[in-house]
Amino acid sequence: MLRKSIVALYIFICFVLQCTLFQSISFAGIVPNLLLILTASFGFMRGEKEGIFIGFICGLLSDIFFGNMIGFYALILTYIGFINGKFYRIFYPEDIKLPLALILSSDLTYGIICYILTFMLRGKFQFGYYLIHIILPEMLYTIIASLAVYPVALLLNRFIERLEGKEAYKFV
Amino acid sequence: MSPIVKKKPEKYKMPAKYVLLIITFVCSLTMLITFGANVIKGPINGVVGVTIVPFQEGISSMGRWIGKRRDEIVQIRTLLDENARLKDQVALLTEENTVLQQDKYELHKLQALFKLDEQYNKYEKVGARIIARDSGNWYASFVIDKGTKDGLDVDMNVIADGGLVGRITTVGPNWARVTSIISDDSNVSGMTLATEDNLIVSGDLKEMADGCITFTKLVDSQNKVAVGDKIVTSNISDKFLPNILIGYISEIKRDSNNLTKSGLLLPVVDFEHLSEVLVITDKKQTIEAME
Repeated sequence: MLRKSIVALYIFICFVLQCTLFQSISFAGIVPNLLLILTASFGFMRGEKEGIFIGFICGLLSDIFFGNMIGFYALILTYIGFINGKFYRIFYPEDIKLPLALILSSDLTYGIICYILTFMLRGKFQFGYYLIHIILPEMLYTIIASLAVYPVALLLNRFIERLEGKEAYKFV
Repeated sequence: MSPIVKKKPEKYKMPAKYVLLIITFVCSLTMLITFGANVIKGPINGVVGVTIVPFQEGISSMGRWIGKRRDEIVQIRTLLDENARLKDQVALLTEENTVLQQDKYELHKLQALFKLDEQYNKYEKVGARIIARDSGNWYASFVIDKGTKDGLDVDMNVIADGGLVGRITTVGPNWARVTSIISDDSNVSGMTLATEDNLIVSGDLKEMADGCITFTKLVDSQNKVAVGDKIVTSNISDKFLPNILIGYISEIKRDSNNLTKSGLLLPVVDFEHLSEVLVITDKKQTIEAME
């Protein structure tokens, strides 16, 4: 319960920041994808299931506010959470390379899926333009933002684990 | 007592792939349902209206405050130079003003001809503040701080700076999402003011960086439409009220089919620095509504 409420609060803060504060400090109209960072990092920190749920909630939030239909971003982020959860076994908190590589490739996948499903299917085929002007800048900005968001998620996770551990110890 | 110790049955844990399957199914279903109709959006919009919107309001007003202070600091240095420059300009402008006074007289005459100002003033309008922008980078929509409680509804037109901003596409009790006309998924039926030729104004992510939007399907058989012409919303659009200014043509070229023309237009609204908008609470009269 405690874990759920703390994680929900963190998702909530990231979503609100992403569509308010980050919009006013965006470079060239591009904002980092904080919700994707959250989904990916909880995926490889906690496993497939948590990745699925957090991806679903993050996606649902952006669907309700900015989607044309409910479930679209939720589905994409759910799968991203699931795939990142596959890397749970080889994840070590001390290693920063794997998380950054995972977040980066997740964002690239996310961008390409968004392009294919919402732009290419409407007959906008200039993939090169969208890659250079939207997807790559978003990746760059996301990776910079993840240097701030990911350690917080890591500390939060460790903090909750310690709390849970203590409680479990108390009841033994 | 029986020798067999009754073990507590282990709590069943669903494997991740089943959860994934269920969520995939649920999402596909909701996508199908909400693609056409706003069926289940009502209660959800109500919930997020209570939980998230107040925070967006608070933080975005804080962001505005920070932005303003930053602007002030930057401005003080430039203001001194500017003051000197402006004094010279005043002299120049006074002269220009006399010329413009004459033009104004002509403008009034022309406006009466177009019956434009009369059209604009008779609509009921509600002011609203932008509290959040699209969390992704692909589309340009934003959230305003008024909703059904203030009499807003889906498909109401939104204007600012005397030009069209977009229309409301989702509405909650105390918030509404506005899809702007520069968004890649927006199409507006427009017409040139002078010749009343119809055209389609569509947002384009590619042109958004230059602050332009594209228009297509302009049938201009008499070759009278030129760069600089005013484009307003057309009277055949079923979502937009007629004669709201959209922008000015900045580039025009003939399509390869030799029948229609397309090009770019410069919107009158500055979408980069938009913070307050007006929502027209009158809706376009449609045939269904009349029946």
